[in-house]
Amino acid sequence: MKILIVDDFSTMRRIIKNLLRDLGFTNTGEADDGNTALPMLKTGKYDFLVTDWNMPGMSGFDLIKHVRADDQLKTLPILMVTAEAKRDQIVAAAQAGVSGYIIKPFTAAVLKEKIEKIFERIQ
Amino acid sequence: MSKSTGERQALAPELTAKLQQHSEQLVESVHAGDYSRAMAMISELADVRDQGLYHEVGRLTRSLHEARRNFQIDPRNPEQQEALSKMTDASDRLEYVVKMTGQAANRTMDLVEESMPVARHLQDEAQDLHQQWQRLRRRDMAPTEFRELHARMDRFLAALSTDAGKLYGNLSEVLLAQDYQDLTGQVIQNVITLVRNVEDNLVSLVVMAGHVDQLTGTVHQVEDNQPSAEQGVGPQMMSEQRKDVLSGQDDVDDLLSSLGF
Repeated sequence: MKILIVDDFSTMRRIIKNLLRDLGFTNTGEADDGNTALPMLKTGKYDFLVTDWNMPGMSGFDLIKHVRADDQLKTLPILMVTAEAKRDQIVAAAQAGVSGYIIKPFTAAVLKEKIEKIFERIQ
Repeated sequence: MSKSTGERQALAPELTAKLQQHSEQLVESVHAGDYSRAMAMISELADVRDQGLYHEVGRLTRSLHEARRNFQIDPRNPEQQEALSKMTDASDRLEYVVKMTGQAANRTMDLVEESMPVARHLQDEAQDLHQQWQRLRRRDMAPTEFRELHARMDRFLAALSTDAGKLYGNLSEVLLAQDYQDLTGQVIQNVITLVRNVEDNLVSLVVMAGHVDQLTGTVHQVEDNQPSAEQGVGPQMMSEQRKDVLSGQDDVDDLLSSLGF
């Protein structure tokens, strides 16, 4: 299981990476926006995507739309971890095809719960 | 700039009086068929408009100078030439905040990442020794094993002292790394004061410019510059008081489950 973490702040990537490691996911990659993430995902080496929303370059929302429009990637589980908390945005993200949505600031327990829930639904 | 529906600002009283006087005379002349006088009145009216315009442009120019002085970016002032303008300084200060908070976060995470394996190792070793110790208490241990346990206990107690000291030291450093809040807080408060001053000065400028717009009859198209929700707008302030913003993970979960998640 290889996970790609996409966030423009390196500290947030590091926090998520540490939390994922504690949950037993030691194989992770990092990207700082959608433009960097998309080619990494297209290599087919990633099984799970954790992405922020608001990033310079390609936003997380656009990244989700690109992933869902790609035949090879359309079933990739996506967990959004973001400070975006507007009702309309969450509805839009759900319609665009996120598998889970966490708003910052978040706890390790919430991250664990959402990831487990996504895996339950896949199996 | 000023909105077309915005409230009309009062003109100078002498201008209003002249406008009224000349327009009444214009109507009278047209009714009386005295067209040459009517043309003269139209020209007078245009003069009034021009006078008002010059007057307002003069005021606008003066307030611009005033505002520039308040921003301390007047390049002709030799004292201020040396110093960075406060505006440039504000950007530098905010970059300093980003740098400081980044450094503090990374320093804290370095120390935590260094401490976690130490704590994990102590936990593993203590659990193992506890099991052995219970075997000893049940007298379920061969003499060779006991000698091994004895030596191991000795090493563990020595390591415990060093490792606990290490953890204590790392925690103290984590505590110290939080001093960024004090330093960045002061910087941010200075920038807030500057932004408030700039805002006040800009408002006066907009009022001045509004007078000129009124005299020239200029109407500005006000563009809607709302940040796009698709690009993302960042953290929401005062989310408890807003209906379009969810205030926590529980609300998000409720919303998503109502959408069939």
